[in-house]
Amino acid sequence: MAQQVSAKEPTTLQIAEQKIYKQFGVSDSEYALICDFLGRQPNYTEIGVFSVMWSEHCAYKNSKPLLRRFPTTGPRVLMGPGEGAGIVDIGDKQAVVFKIESHNHPSAVEPYQGAATGVGGIIRDIFSMGSRPIALLNSLRFGRLENDRVRYLFEHVVSGIAGYGNCIGIPTVAGEVMFDEAYEGNPLVNAMCVGLIDHDKIQRGVAKGVGNPVFYVGPATGRDGIHGATFASEDLTAESEAKRSAVQVGDPFMEKLVMEATLELIDSGIVLGIQDMGAAGLTCSSAEMASKAGNGMELYLDEVPQREEGMTAYEMMLSESQERMLFVTEPQHEAQAKAIFERWGLHCAKVGKVTDDGRLRLFHKGEEVADMPVKALVDDCPIYDKPSKVPDYYLKNGSIDTNRYEQALDLNDALKKVLGSPSLASKEWVYSQYDYQVRTSTAVVPGSDAAVVTIRGTRKALAMTTDCNGRYVYLDPEVGGRIAVAEAARNIVCSGGEPLAITDNLNFGSPEKPEVFWQMEKSVDGMAEACRFLETPVIGGNVSLYNENAKGAIYPTPVVGMVGLIADIDHITTQEFKAEGDVIFLLGETKAEIGGSEFQYAVHGLTEGRPPEIDLATEKALHGAVLGAIRQGLVASAHDLSEGGLAAAVAEATFGRGLGAKIDFATNLRPDLALFSESQSRILLSAKPRHAEELAAWLSEQGVPAQQLGTVGGDRLAIAVNGHTAIEASVNEFRQEWKEAIPCRMQ
Amino acid sequence: MKFAVIVFPGSNCDIDMLKAVEDTVGQPVDYVWHTATDLSAYDAILVPGGFSYGDYLRCGAIAQFAPVMSEIRKAAEQGKFVLGVCNGFQILTEAGLLPGALIRNKSLKFRCHPVDLRVENTKTAFTNGYEHGDLIRIPIAHGEGNFYCDDETLAKLQANEQIVFRYAGDNPNGSVDDIAGICNEEGNVVGMMPHPERAVSELLGSADGAGMFKSVLNAWRERNGAASVR
Repeated sequence: MAQQVSAKEPTTLQIAEQKIYKQFGVSDSEYALICDFLGRQPNYTEIGVFSVMWSEHCAYKNSKPLLRRFPTTGPRVLMGPGEGAGIVDIGDKQAVVFKIESHNHPSAVEPYQGAATGVGGIIRDIFSMGSRPIALLNSLRFGRLENDRVRYLFEHVVSGIAGYGNCIGIPTVAGEVMFDEAYEGNPLVNAMCVGLIDHDKIQRGVAKGVGNPVFYVGPATGRDGIHGATFASEDLTAESEAKRSAVQVGDPFMEKLVMEATLELIDSGIVLGIQDMGAAGLTCSSAEMASKAGNGMELYLDEVPQREEGMTAYEMMLSESQERMLFVTEPQHEAQAKAIFERWGLHCAKVGKVTDDGRLRLFHKGEEVADMPVKALVDDCPIYDKPSKVPDYYLKNGSIDTNRYEQALDLNDALKKVLGSPSLASKEWVYSQYDYQVRTSTAVVPGSDAAVVTIRGTRKALAMTTDCNGRYVYLDPEVGGRIAVAEAARNIVCSGGEPLAITDNLNFGSPEKPEVFWQMEKSVDGMAEACRFLETPVIGGNVSLYNENAKGAIYPTPVVGMVGLIADIDHITTQEFKAEGDVIFLLGETKAEIGGSEFQYAVHGLTEGRPPEIDLATEKALHGAVLGAIRQGLVASAHDLSEGGLAAAVAEATFGRGLGAKIDFATNLRPDLALFSESQSRILLSAKPRHAEELAAWLSEQGVPAQQLGTVGGDRLAIAVNGHTAIEASVNEFRQEWKEAIPCRMQ
Repeated sequence: MKFAVIVFPGSNCDIDMLKAVEDTVGQPVDYVWHTATDLSAYDAILVPGGFSYGDYLRCGAIAQFAPVMSEIRKAAEQGKFVLGVCNGFQILTEAGLLPGALIRNKSLKFRCHPVDLRVENTKTAFTNGYEHGDLIRIPIAHGEGNFYCDDETLAKLQANEQIVFRYAGDNPNGSVDDIAGICNEEGNVVGMMPHPERAVSELLGSADGAGMFKSVLNAWRERNGAASVR
């Protein structure tokens, strides 16, 4: 049987002559290089292994020069990029572990399993570090909900995330969902996981100790997900549907067992190195673990648990069957490790051995079927500096005056349009499908600026958020990149936390297009600058390229996942107004900045011009002032101003408790621009009347411009500009628009 | 008083249940593995939520065959206090310790949000601390919480006052007669879809669930006389 299957495999000669390697995304020059490294031509298994290890997904061959521009160190960083996830110190010998990862391509063809296995993969990254996962977040982008296919993708992606996270028992606490035709046909599904760890439990994926056995744990390997990493590293096309077999199938129950057993195993102290089998499965985990230790590895593929009959070496090495881990321990601990897994109903199989020859050697049916230098696989993929070119659209947008639109006079209607735009509308339809409370530590549930998860046994809590406005990044990648980081930090600060670090998910179109590469470069520069300025280093992340549909590249969308530390649970702050009579303040300056705004999109049907400017020094001063005020107990509510500007922020603050507000905004701008401008570095605060004076004095001392806008109360929202009523209706009227926007479209 | 929290493969509210016991009544509490064959040391047995055995086949359908289940049956017969929450409720119905069945939510979607419950029966071991008609706020988180039983069973549940909680606002899953929780005829076995262990402190949004843990401690103290109160 097995021989029949292998007989179908192309021979070494056929691979060379028919250039079969090209089907795996390996170029002629890369093939030549592989021949050099091997000293001969690769066979089918070897070319398969090289092709996934040298894919963009695993080798970052098109993005590495850019990733080097990020700041990755800091006094709190215990582990930066390179391992399964980054780790940041939070005091008391505890640390927070987090990472974000994309599953865009699989979700585009098989939304439920694509999204579910995205969640499963990122959870494994966290617990393979020895960390207990405590929260999940996700950042999603879809086309417009008016499109049938988009509704199908949206519905099933959300179900997939829910199905996996709910079952495994990790709360999905926050996220963002935006809709724009730019993402039609190529949705973005980015999942982030946050875990907690004690410093002395931190693990690394390293194959230590020559002669030590290598163990495989988890379900048997099947033929699913073969070439998933390659699939993720090419454009989505009409033929992509046919690659459904490259999408893995998830089993959250199995992952729950593997997670509990793995954490127990790590707790026992006998693990020398451990890594999950994610992208490129057995290939990537074995090669990377050997590489990090400077060792080699032999794998005996007959020992690999197999779900299907007659699997070839090629299939086993490239399968992305889910919920599998690889670990190394000393020979005398084998029985103990096996006992732990057996308690959880799992088997672990000895599939290999650590060697000292620096080679990855595979044995199958008594023969050596592959022999490759580990270093060539892991480190020697050629890195490309792609050509970059300023796109025409960017130059044209520079001369567009976004204040030229006719003045919107019915601002009640404008606010309803903005609040009813699915990107800004209530996401309850989404998050009510997620179990956001399991583990009973979620102090701020989805819907506020950032979610807050408490740390049992301490007074501390973690604030977490994901952010990116793809429209801003499209209009000006550098400014948009800065804003993505700054807004995430602002959300953390509004929740009472100090921003610690970020993980990023760089979602872009094809890097082969110079205009796309320019977007990548510029946005990375903007993000890197903001990370340096706000002292939030990048501790890990993921790159997803080739996100294209028939009309071209998606909006450049470098999603920022940020975690902050709340020093004391008394500092936890939420966005909704709290009590009648509380005084409302607007911090920061409002300019006529409509480019890329939700108002421009929802009311004028456009995305053009330049996005709002951002000054990082102003931003940082704002964070310090607001965090200081919160810590002094002067703040009742805090809400970041973002999409929809001041009008939307005030409206959102009234929705939580149905408490209205009456405000009067003094400005020299036209009312529609003033209320819907998305000027950066602004925060809406409310304070108890007895704290109002002290708060104003503190803000002025800190040099933060603040305007007292009015008071909380009643059940109506009344917004005046320079004494003239601009918006006036019951809170409920606006809330209905906001609440029903997504459910109505999904019926 | 000693509590057991049963752990099946796939249970995921076990930690929360244990913490809730510690935080509300501060009594000794252990995790008890699904393979356990002796529960004689425990006074109350809590079957937590989650996805036991991955909800394969049907929620709770495989768990009912776990070795610990015969011990739970025995404990229930002996009049010990048994509470099943969410998947725990599903398991108790599958095991025949409670009538009815939990089927797919009417919306066909998983739903997670706080709900208002009306306390309908204060005679059970787990609700003696509430007043009849009390409204309490407890979160739900389930995809299959739609309680179903035939008319005859429903009439019996009503006649015997076995309906412990009803949804006071919108019925979130389509359950018969707005039922959120029931008990056996003796009142020592209670099953419910909402999660009282998730409502034990203001930081979590509600502390209304704490009363259930305090109730069972009261019931135990009453049964064992003042002498055994430590």
